[in-house]
Amino acid sequence: MNWTAVKSIYVFEMARFFRTITQSFISPVLSTSLYFVVFGAAIGSRIQEVEGVSYGAFIVPGLIMLSVITQSISNASFGIYFPKFIGTIFELLSAPVNFLEIVMGYVGAAATKALFIGVIILATAFLFVDFEIQHPFAMVGFLVLTCISFALMGFIIGIWAGNFEQLQLVPLLIITPLVFLGGSFYSISMLPPVWQIISHFNPVVYLISGFRWSFFGSADVSIGLSLFAIAGFTTLCMAVIWWIFKTGWRIRQ
Amino acid sequence: MPLIVDVVALRKAYAGGFEALKGVDLQIEEGEILALLGPNGAGKTTLISTVCGITTATSGSVKVGGHDTVKDFRAARSMIGLVPQEINLEPFEKVQNTVKFSRGLFGKSANPALIEKILRQLSLWDKRDSQIRELSGGMKRRVLIAKALSHEPRVLFLDEPTAGVDVELRRDMWEIVAELKRDGVTIILTTHYIEEAEAIADRIGVIAQGEILLVEEKSKLMARMGKKELEVQLSEPILEIPASLASDTLRLKGDGSALIYSYDTKSERTGITKLLADVAAAGLVLRDVVTRQSSLEDIFVDLVHEGDAP
Repeated sequence: MNWTAVKSIYVFEMARFFRTITQSFISPVLSTSLYFVVFGAAIGSRIQEVEGVSYGAFIVPGLIMLSVITQSISNASFGIYFPKFIGTIFELLSAPVNFLEIVMGYVGAAATKALFIGVIILATAFLFVDFEIQHPFAMVGFLVLTCISFALMGFIIGIWAGNFEQLQLVPLLIITPLVFLGGSFYSISMLPPVWQIISHFNPVVYLISGFRWSFFGSADVSIGLSLFAIAGFTTLCMAVIWWIFKTGWRIRQ
Repeated sequence: MPLIVDVVALRKAYAGGFEALKGVDLQIEEGEILALLGPNGAGKTTLISTVCGITTATSGSVKVGGHDTVKDFRAARSMIGLVPQEINLEPFEKVQNTVKFSRGLFGKSANPALIEKILRQLSLWDKRDSQIRELSGGMKRRVLIAKALSHEPRVLFLDEPTAGVDVELRRDMWEIVAELKRDGVTIILTTHYIEEAEAIADRIGVIAQGEILLVEEKSKLMARMGKKELEVQLSEPILEIPASLASDTLRLKGDGSALIYSYDTKSERTGITKLLADVAAAGLVLRDVVTRQSSLEDIFVDLVHEGDAP
């Protein structure tokens, strides 16, 4: 393993994040605060409790997931798309590094940034609502796994994208609906039976459910199934990336 | 000298079917400077990209320092530095960070003293904390050179390093090339400029339409170039050279309309006076006299145009 290379990519990518640290933090904090005001205060005053938890607290895990998933994808997809766009990818391709090292550097940095933002949103949430985290280690575990797996997916999108429009397309058309319909703001059990069944085909449901379990000890689906779903998703992404580098698809002529 | 780059039967066909390299064989010796000359689209950049791992070969093999560039890519690539033709740089990054990044990417541990030396040598030290987008075009090219040198390559590819570059950078670059050569680094540069090849290369290769047409010691090419020809055009064609004029350096033009005398411009006596006196003595009447010098450019153009023939 060329660990020096992994570290170099990671540090280089993090530097991009720190250059724009203000935007990186202000925007998610602001949007989360808005969610709390709109969903927590306005709508929450009419919904008393969901599964024994106040509505304001109930949406916290979902809101964190929403931001973390979006951030992981956008950071990672931009991180690898940008060198492709400006041509600096030649250096990666000619360096003595394999696909795993490139992925660890880029995805590691993208996941770290998303994790930072997740933690900041969690801190912001404490300002608005009272809640406890019942399984803090599981909570951190879920958060980290989510950051990594969606950063992997973002990496694939970044390599696939041929222009900036395509870079936005997948997050906008696929990820945002999946996250919104994944139980960020409600419990799946609140849906009519048909939609409950359909929801089980949405991978994000398992993530949010597992994450919410780590906060409140109750979940829409079993915790084992949640872990299995996220592990499966991560493996799938890794397999796709391995194939990309093996065939040189969209990166090496 | 041992071989350091060994390209064997290298072919590259792009997805559209365009064959950029048609079975290239090229052996480069350790420590030499090889200039690859060729017109646009000859395959120079494709050849370099394939050696460096940016494009994959359709068939054939490349070894660098004895390591296959596909099977043993780590060992092969860690020996190679590349200065690409296009200015590809992260615009918002600082100069020294991007140079340090290159070193790390090649698996070398940090070496601030070396980075400082390279940046000073390239007159970039004062700009080390500037963002790349603030630099001029020539400065950006210096950054590309610094990045390639940062990981101490044993084989350095310079793809059109002096295209659109001012005199100062060209001179700095030649100095760096000379220093690298002293350290035993092998250098392969592509260029359109024949004077550049003449100035720094040990050997010169000519590539056109995906094929290497010639690789020869520069001194041998220069020797050919040092010769000059004098064409003595006659008012009446003759069948053969009169016995009184016969010598190795004189031949008759195909149609007998002129005598062609070749001589060395650098020698003390060119023998022209004697030749002309002898021609007059032999009773031949002159119509005109023309001299011409075959330059590397002529050799190059001839070779490239032979390649055009169907």
